Amino acid sequence: MTNTHAQEHSGEVGHVVPMGILVGVWLALMVLTYVTVVATKIDLGELNLWLAMLIAVIKASLVVLYFMHLRYDKPLNSLVFVGGLVFVALFLGIALTDSAEYQPDVIHQEALESLPTSNT
Amino acid sequence: MAEETLTTAQSHGHGHGEHPPHLAHHFESPGQQFDACKFGMWIFLCTEVLMFSGLFCAYAVYRANHPEIFLYAHKYLDTNLGAINTAVLICSSFTMAWAVRAAQKGQQGLLIGLLALTLLGGFGFLGIKYIEYEHKFHKGLLPGAQYNPTVTPGDHGNGDKHAEMGDHELITSEHDAGNAHTAPPGAAPARHDEEPAVAPTGVKPTEQTGLEKTTLPQAAPPPAGRSMEHDHAHEHGMTGRPNNVHLFFGIYFAMTGLHGIHVLAGMAFIAWVLKRSIAGEFGPEYFTPVDLVGLYWHLVDLIWIFLFPLLYLIH
Repeated sequence: MTNTHAQEHSGEVGHVVPMGILVGVWLALMVLTYVTVVATKIDLGELNLWLAMLIAVIKASLVVLYFMHLRYDKPLNSLVFVGGLVFVALFLGIALTDSAEYQPDVIHQEALESLPTSNT
Repeated sequence: MAEETLTTAQSHGHGHGEHPPHLAHHFESPGQQFDACKFGMWIFLCTEVLMFSGLFCAYAVYRANHPEIFLYAHKYLDTNLGAINTAVLICSSFTMAWAVRAAQKGQQGLLIGLLALTLLGGFGFLGIKYIEYEHKFHKGLLPGAQYNPTVTPGDHGNGDKHAEMGDHELITSEHDAGNAHTAPPGAAPARHDEEPAVAPTGVKPTEQTGLEKTTLPQAAPPPAGRSMEHDHAHEHGMTGRPNNVHLFFGIYFAMTGLHGIHVLAGMAFIAWVLKRSIAGEFGPEYFTPVDLVGLYWHLVDLIWIFLFPLLYLIH
């Protein structure tokens, strides 16, 4: 949709991201970096990790959507990328679930066996 | 337009068909070629994400099982340097995105300048990374058997006093590290029994003396009752130091190392695109290499956006 608009002008290929959006995204990324550093110093318990990850996801989304043009691209590219992320989620999710099932026992056993020579 | 393409086709060397020099024969139009290139690039970026996800998986599983190691060891990292590097990468991502825009607009001078700035950002990032790595190499903050810290967490080697002491500690540490490596594995517990002065957690003597010399003189436990504390230490970590901290540095060096290689590769691509921009090869009709190299560079930024909080900002 936006591609056709861009291509009307002098045979341009692809979409030209407006300068205002580029600067805005850059400023937002810098501010969010500052926010995530400051947020670490506040004790939120478990939430600290989730807040840091939320900020990282927002920053990543800004980069992907605007710096990487995905918002203006053909939907096929988004499909590929989101498809990849789905597999990452499956990978991490299942691995974490699996390790939570029995890993504590395994680690305990290893720790007992390696008591004298650990920390090398 | 038709005349232009005709002349370029003739100079192209093969007299069949009219097409711009940058349009490959199997594509119908520059637009189709551009879309196909981008699609291929996104598939490649997916494989990159999946490759890194292996390391993120190792991180996630290990942190889920041993959060105390990450809580303890991340203090060895300098958050300020990490934050500066994040800002450097974000800025260079911005100049890269701007460079793509400049190429699309046919602003040749701006394109060259912005690509040069982006490349400079890459150098800046690797320079800061070098400072961080060098510090860790000298202080024994390394993975596996090389892990032999001569500093306490939170000391990033900025102070003069620490710098002097650091040199002294380095000498002793190398000496002791050599002993530790030549000694057979079974020798460690025997040495522990013979010498009560050895640190209770089974750590090498240097680590303990290193602790005593720097900031935690009170951390050295009394000589009596040491063997009892030995077991206790394995459960909760003596002087707040958990076991197997070296695994954090294994993950740290694997993740930042692979990322660093990607930064290097990205810089090589940017240099290549910069060279071609100086030759004036890019314009509104053809800027695909700039765009694709830009995508790669943004992916490098993307990975770092997650690495920074996961490694440096652990609460």
